Amino acid sequence: MTGWGDRLRGRIVVAVPYLWLMLLFMVPFGIVLKISLSDYAVSIPPYTPTLDPSAGWSGFQDFLGELDFENFVWLTQDALYWKAYLSSLKIAVISTALTLLVGYPIAYGMANAPDEWRPTLMMLVILPFWTSFLIRVYAWMGILSQEGFLNQFLMWTGLTAEPLTILNTNTAVYIGIVYTYLPFMILPIYATLEKLDASLLEAAADLGCTRVQAFWLVTAPLSKSGVIAGCFLVFIPAIGEFVIPSLLGGSRTLMIGKVLWEEFFSNRDWPVASAVAVILLMILVIPIILFQRNEQKQREAEQ
Amino acid sequence: MAQSVFAPWADPNEKPLIQFRNVTKRFGDFTAIDDLTLDIFRREFFALLGPSGCGKTTLMRMLAGFEAPTEGTITLDGKDISPVPPHKREVNMMFQSYALFPHLTVYDNIAFGLKRSDMSRDEIAARVEQMLKMVQLQKFARRKPHQISGGQRQRVALARSLAKAPKLLLLDEPLGALDRKLREETQFELMDIQEKTGTTFVIVTHDQEEAMTVASRVAVMDHGKVIQVDTPDRIYETPNCVYVADFIGDVNLIEGNAYPAGDDRVSIEWAEGQPGIIATPAGAVEAGARITFAIRPEKVAICRDRPEDLPNAVRGRILDIAYLGNISTYHVALPSGHVIKAQTANDRRIARRSFTWEDEVWLGWTATAGVVLTQ
Repeated sequence: MTGWGDRLRGRIVVAVPYLWLMLLFMVPFGIVLKISLSDYAVSIPPYTPTLDPSAGWSGFQDFLGELDFENFVWLTQDALYWKAYLSSLKIAVISTALTLLVGYPIAYGMANAPDEWRPTLMMLVILPFWTSFLIRVYAWMGILSQEGFLNQFLMWTGLTAEPLTILNTNTAVYIGIVYTYLPFMILPIYATLEKLDASLLEAAADLGCTRVQAFWLVTAPLSKSGVIAGCFLVFIPAIGEFVIPSLLGGSRTLMIGKVLWEEFFSNRDWPVASAVAVILLMILVIPIILFQRNEQKQREAEQ
Repeated sequence: MAQSVFAPWADPNEKPLIQFRNVTKRFGDFTAIDDLTLDIFRREFFALLGPSGCGKTTLMRMLAGFEAPTEGTITLDGKDISPVPPHKREVNMMFQSYALFPHLTVYDNIAFGLKRSDMSRDEIAARVEQMLKMVQLQKFARRKPHQISGGQRQRVALARSLAKAPKLLLLDEPLGALDRKLREETQFELMDIQEKTGTTFVIVTHDQEEAMTVASRVAVMDHGKVIQVDTPDRIYETPNCVYVADFIGDVNLIEGNAYPAGDDRVSIEWAEGQPGIIATPAGAVEAGARITFAIRPEKVAICRDRPEDLPNAVRGRILDIAYLGNISTYHVALPSGHVIKAQTANDRRIARRSFTWEDEVWLGWTATAGVVLTQ
């Protein structure tokens, strides 16, 4: 009989990504969700209740009874949390806009560069990934600090007499995020611009458009899907960013990733930290769904 | 009442709409257009015909303004257009790929050029409606280009390029993407629209049938030069060189030496033991000059017995028969090794066909059936 073995094999192939998501996303998420519903305790692990399989069915019922939404209520009561969420949102939105502002012209330049240059330019965009992200953020500390390269350069040119305070401010966070996530903005925009049929721009010129008009009426709308993809690829990780604000930001830089880290490691309050993470995930589900929809639409348009 | 024939190229008082004067275009070392001079007149349907790489597309792109000539001048209505950028030229182009804007509806595609002009919104709407009606796409105004068929896209492209009522419309292989039936229909539609709008059309094509069907005049190009510019019938009947004769349609080419034979005729010595071919050259030919005799297969008669009334008759054996439905082409091998093609219309059913493979037949033609080519 044909088919039986094939069908089994087909199912296994389909099952692999699901298994992967199950093990590395759903199971950890289930654990985090469970901890967020638990209470803080001075013990190892630092929360109660813990599931004791030997207690049997009644033990499991007691275990469920002890779970509650106390931590989520707490998040709404302390202003720190929603301020941190809002501040993260603001920083993510502004840095996404800045990344777009820097990334679009670069992608445009790459797409319009001579064919033989493109692989080199692409290489230059990807090159920073060869060095650890952490090391590159540390390098920015050396550039942005009071005695850093940037201030030395500015004072040498005479543009400023006093060194500028950049490190440990939100400005440094923006610089860090824009720098780090720039390739994620450039690559999807480049991909859409590269596919753009040059004869469309000739047609626009032929029908009376100047180059600037042709850009806004043809190039910009046709690269929209790349812009949307790039923005989500920057926005989604930026909102939960922890390393950049803690290394480059100041004490007043409030981001939810930093709050989460402090709850977890400084306060050892795993349940509250987990609740913060669950809320963050729920906030991110919205842009992720929008991102997926954009990808879907683009695929349909290409067919 | 005699209808006046449209032939502005024959009228010395007529001023050409477009004039190419010694135009050369080089891309690096490559010469795409080589010292070309050409006149195109108002209301003409002018075809640029040639194999790929002959420079016809470059010529068209220079008219649109996407390329500038390296040397020479191009004038439109007497004005040099070299310094005019594409968006300011009263020239519109229909692109080979149609280049419809995928993010805009059919309506907005057609309105695109109009919105760049100083027309009012009502005028634009009226003009777009008029164009939609012309190409019979009123029902599809709200569709996006990917939601309509290839033939409909082609018509949107045509409507878009005609919407601004340009002085000159350029068509770059406009029917290349359509299947044969649709292409033939569209050719007649194009001619119809060209006549109705009175716009001058310049079409680039590598399809000689298309050029012959639609054009008032055809320019046959090769290696950046115009080889012959003439009406389709003259290009076919009186090509000025072997290249044109060979490029357009099917032809028998026989090389030989021409000698005067009286009455403006020549006798062409072309093979040992064969009588000379009697032909009528268009101009004077030097005695003994090396020439090529070109004759179309449909002008060669094929018969069982020697055709006594024809000045030219040769005997051969049928090598091959290409049956094309309406016509059959017989490939006849002569004792000299030449293979001559003769075409007959299949006005009888196939069972009653007179000849078959290996038959011994006679081929004959009149003294004026072929042309004598010196180039």
